[in-house]
Amino acid sequence: MKSRSLVSINDYSKDEILNILDLAAGFEASPEPHLLNGKVVATLFYEPSTRTRLSFESAVSRLGGKIVGFSDSSSSSVTKGESLKDTIMTVSNYSDLIVMRHPLEGSALYASEVAKVPVINAGDGANQHPTQTLLDLYSIKKTQGSLENLNIFLVGDLKYGRTVHSLLMAMSHFKNTTFNFISPQELQMPDEYKLYLDNLGLKYYEHSDFTDIISRADIIYMTRVQRERFSDPMEYEKVKNIYVLRYSMLENTKDNLRILHPLPRVNEIHPDVDKSDKAYYFTQALNGVYTRQAIMASILGLK
Amino acid sequence: MKEVKHLSVSGIENGTVIDHIPAKNLFKVISILALEKFDNQITFGTNLESKKLGKKAIIKVAGKTFVDDDVNKIALVAPEAKLNIIKDYKVVEKYNVVVPEEIVGIAKCVNPKCITNHEQIKTKFTVIPGDEIALKCIYCEKITDQEHLNIM
Ligand SMILES: [Zn+2]
Repeated sequence: MKSRSLVSINDYSKDEILNILDLAAGFEASPEPHLLNGKVVATLFYEPSTRTRLSFESAVSRLGGKIVGFSDSSSSSVTKGESLKDTIMTVSNYSDLIVMRHPLEGSALYASEVAKVPVINAGDGANQHPTQTLLDLYSIKKTQGSLENLNIFLVGDLKYGRTVHSLLMAMSHFKNTTFNFISPQELQMPDEYKLYLDNLGLKYYEHSDFTDIISRADIIYMTRVQRERFSDPMEYEKVKNIYVLRYSMLENTKDNLRILHPLPRVNEIHPDVDKSDKAYYFTQALNGVYTRQAIMASILGLK
Repeated sequence: MKEVKHLSVSGIENGTVIDHIPAKNLFKVISILALEKFDNQITFGTNLESKKLGKKAIIKVAGKTFVDDDVNKIALVAPEAKLNIIKDYKVVEKYNVVVPEEIVGIAKCVNPKCITNHEQIKTKFTVIPGDEIALKCIYCEKITDQEHLNIM
């Protein structure tokens, strides 16, 4: 069953990614309220992630499927100390597909090895969250018309942010992607990713501020800079306002620029940006529903 | 005539001699091969001079030859190790360990948040070659280097 599960964005080739994005566009253009009739999707959320869970559940409901599951680990089987394996083996009997979020890294791959039905990783600790990456790609393709020749700005915590790492890996499939990494010194993009881009011959630039270069961006992907990530709290105080996007900064930006954020945001995008046509993060969340519909339909062999 | 007492590690009639083990990793090799469970006569020598390794260790196991898959696991901590198969006190075959592409169930993943450290799962790593072999966990994708290598 392993090959049918989606554990890591690296499981999908460029063609498979493009196929999912095409399917997602199809669901956006014409909803299919009966596609999942008679199918049961289990959503096992071992840690709360309301947005991701609601997005999946909305995607299932709009395709006519049914949902079973739990939304945090205080539910009975987990608190009784049942192993992940036993829960997955049991839930496999009740469902056609398992969507799982779990705080431990590698839990999704393990679940996919023991499950009798396909597993979709909805986040395994700090490791992978591939449906987020696919919805990011769908949002980029939809707003830019293509995934090639784009200048992508990744802003904020580039050291620990798994969404930016996965997005980088996925975008590296596409021709002439240029990356601009904007982060505080302490939270720079890890060397392994820079080395990966070097080997592919893709260009990237590192900055500690982005006001001077923002006019070149096609996509600005904002992430949160968290206080707890700094060894020195003073350092955080110094930089915390540099990585906040404001409406006034958008003045000389490209028309096609769109601003993305995995949500929830805290203060890294000022609410005054919301009025700009370039603010795309709420539509991005809606795109998550189409993308997850596409992933589930593809995995279940219905598309 | 005075009898000279040889205290050095003596020869064996039949069996296997594992040579060129870094001295500091002797005990890791012992646990990888699970030698503590053997009934055979086993002799160890350690902190022996070696041009290549500085200080090396040697293991002699009487009446035993190893299966390749088993012995290649020791490449993890002794990539230069050489096996000598002994018959009638003579070396009849010599070979080097081969670094495997995958290591299953010997090492612990260094990541405390890895599922393999919380459930009853056989660990599985892909081997990253180099002077000092490192292991990439197939589950959490984190790398365990020599310094953090923990043999189960
Ligand atoms: Zn691991």
